[in-house]
Amino acid sequence: MNIIVCVKQVPDPEAPPASFKIDPATNKVIPPPGVAPVISPFDEQAVEAALRLKDAKGGKITVISLGTNLLRDVVKKPLSMGADELILLEDPAYADGDSWSTAYALALAIKKVGQFDIVFCGRQAADTDAGQVGSAIAEILGIPSVTVAKKIEVNDSKVKVEKVTADGFDVIETSLPVLITVSNELGEPRYATIKGIMAAKRKEPIIWKPADIGAEPAQLGAAGKRLAMLKLFQPVKEGKCEMVTGENEEDAAANLAKKLVEAKLLS
Amino acid sequence: MAENKGILVVAEFLNGKLAPITKELLGAGRRLAQDLGEPLSAALIGEGVNGIAPEAIASGADKVYVVEDALLKDYRTDAYVAVVEKLVKEYGARVILAGQTTMGRDLAPRLAFRLSAAATMDCIDLAIEAGSKKLLMTKPVYGGNARAVFTGDVLPYIATVRVKAMAALAPDAGRNGEVINVAAGLDAGAIRTSVLQKVVQEVAGIKLEDAAVVVSGGRGIGGPEGFKQIESLAKLLKGAAGASRPPCDSGWVPETMQVGLTGKIVSPDVYFAVAISGSSQHLAGCGGSKNIIAINRDAEANIFKEARFGVVGDWKKVLPALEAKLHELLGR
Repeated sequence: MNIIVCVKQVPDPEAPPASFKIDPATNKVIPPPGVAPVISPFDEQAVEAALRLKDAKGGKITVISLGTNLLRDVVKKPLSMGADELILLEDPAYADGDSWSTAYALALAIKKVGQFDIVFCGRQAADTDAGQVGSAIAEILGIPSVTVAKKIEVNDSKVKVEKVTADGFDVIETSLPVLITVSNELGEPRYATIKGIMAAKRKEPIIWKPADIGAEPAQLGAAGKRLAMLKLFQPVKEGKCEMVTGENEEDAAANLAKKLVEAKLLS
Repeated sequence: MAENKGILVVAEFLNGKLAPITKELLGAGRRLAQDLGEPLSAALIGEGVNGIAPEAIASGADKVYVVEDALLKDYRTDAYVAVVEKLVKEYGARVILAGQTTMGRDLAPRLAFRLSAAATMDCIDLAIEAGSKKLLMTKPVYGGNARAVFTGDVLPYIATVRVKAMAALAPDAGRNGEVINVAAGLDAGAIRTSVLQKVVQEVAGIKLEDAAVVVSGGRGIGGPEGFKQIESLAKLLKGAAGASRPPCDSGWVPETMQVGLTGKIVSPDVYFAVAISGSSQHLAGCGGSKNIIAINRDAEANIFKEARFGVVGDWKKVLPALEAKLHELLGR
């Protein structure tokens, strides 16, 4: 099987909320000092989904990442987990795009890779929380898409996907090639092995510039955007929590119970 | 293609009626329609949905497009994208609204690319800019740490809206509206996915989304055993038990109990956050609660910034004492 996984480098979403800062002049996030970016967690789960299929069926996993200032230690993580190839769409022309221009470039890169049975993406990136690029790639490539998957099973040219819903899951069947977006319900991504880390260190990513994928400059990055972000801001928090105390934890709990009943919050 | 005018809401259904999110979309759509001086329409897509049209009109729609076809029984990407595309091309739309739901998350991006337009997902505020008639769409980003306002020049605007972010109108059975039946015109061969099975894993008792009291446990609960205490308190308060993402990912509780950005959005009167640090991704699911009560060992935990009352302590000591005292005070 030929599998392609699209991954995005994002600011670490597990960084403490207090360290999150915005520069209002540029409408951009100020990276918190000392916190390295990561592969968006849902994208790591997409890599895990690909690895599970490779374990079961064999094949090749090609990872594609689009961005600027891509830290090699970060974007090589899928290689250290067991992926085979890493392609970086790294150029200022790709920068500051939206779902539209990002999907356009990734779809062109996927076409250039050529042979593929499944394209995996995370269900949404941890920075924009949009969840559009996967479906958009499928639309551009003209292939079916199944979003928010937690289990994927391939039999010959058919694929069966468990898609997470509000009250359980749907079992969806479709044919290959297909694009699937992966959710956290898939389970934890595997750790990189020492052997994997060593192999990833030796492997140099392939870099494709816009001309390499035949991209029209007007469609790329900031130039190709269809939406403009007018403002990025942090909501103001009131922070007026009343701390309920007592002689000990049990006493504090009893006092809390009294407060809740007195305030008529519970009846 | 018809002129880009009016608001089109893509409806969803629950037990043969409009789903709450659809009434919220019609409420939001009504306000936008007023500001634009353009009509509000609802698309009822499915099988046997014709009878729901009067409810859509009572909830704010001026026009209801009913698209019925056996091929539309279950939501399937290819079929529903094709139907909405057809409606937009035949009748036009300036703004298309869907819920940030299983359906809307899947439908909106693909539809946007089909129409060579753009979608903005998970909006919590929508407004028309006076003069330019541009739609300003506000959505949380960075896991809820920040909010962004988007707009664009490409029509139609496509936005999905977060559950419980908008107010529905009080239903008015006296409102007038027009019902238009539209043929789906689908080619069965072009629908590339099939739904083999729909599995419902709903937890017994009151639904999380409907409960007036929710008691949720987090990573600090430490394992499935501790959730018995969470469920016991929820039961005493006639509420529902929930969880942040780590207990679900660790398999301590079912995934359907997850409250958060990628789980359920709840807005109960009282939300107990027990051993939950208060990550932005969790607050995206419970931030709309009227009162958050935080119980956490770490006095610096972010959840206290969101809470009305807080107790710093070990849940293993706090929870049993809280339950016992409430048992006594509430007389049950």
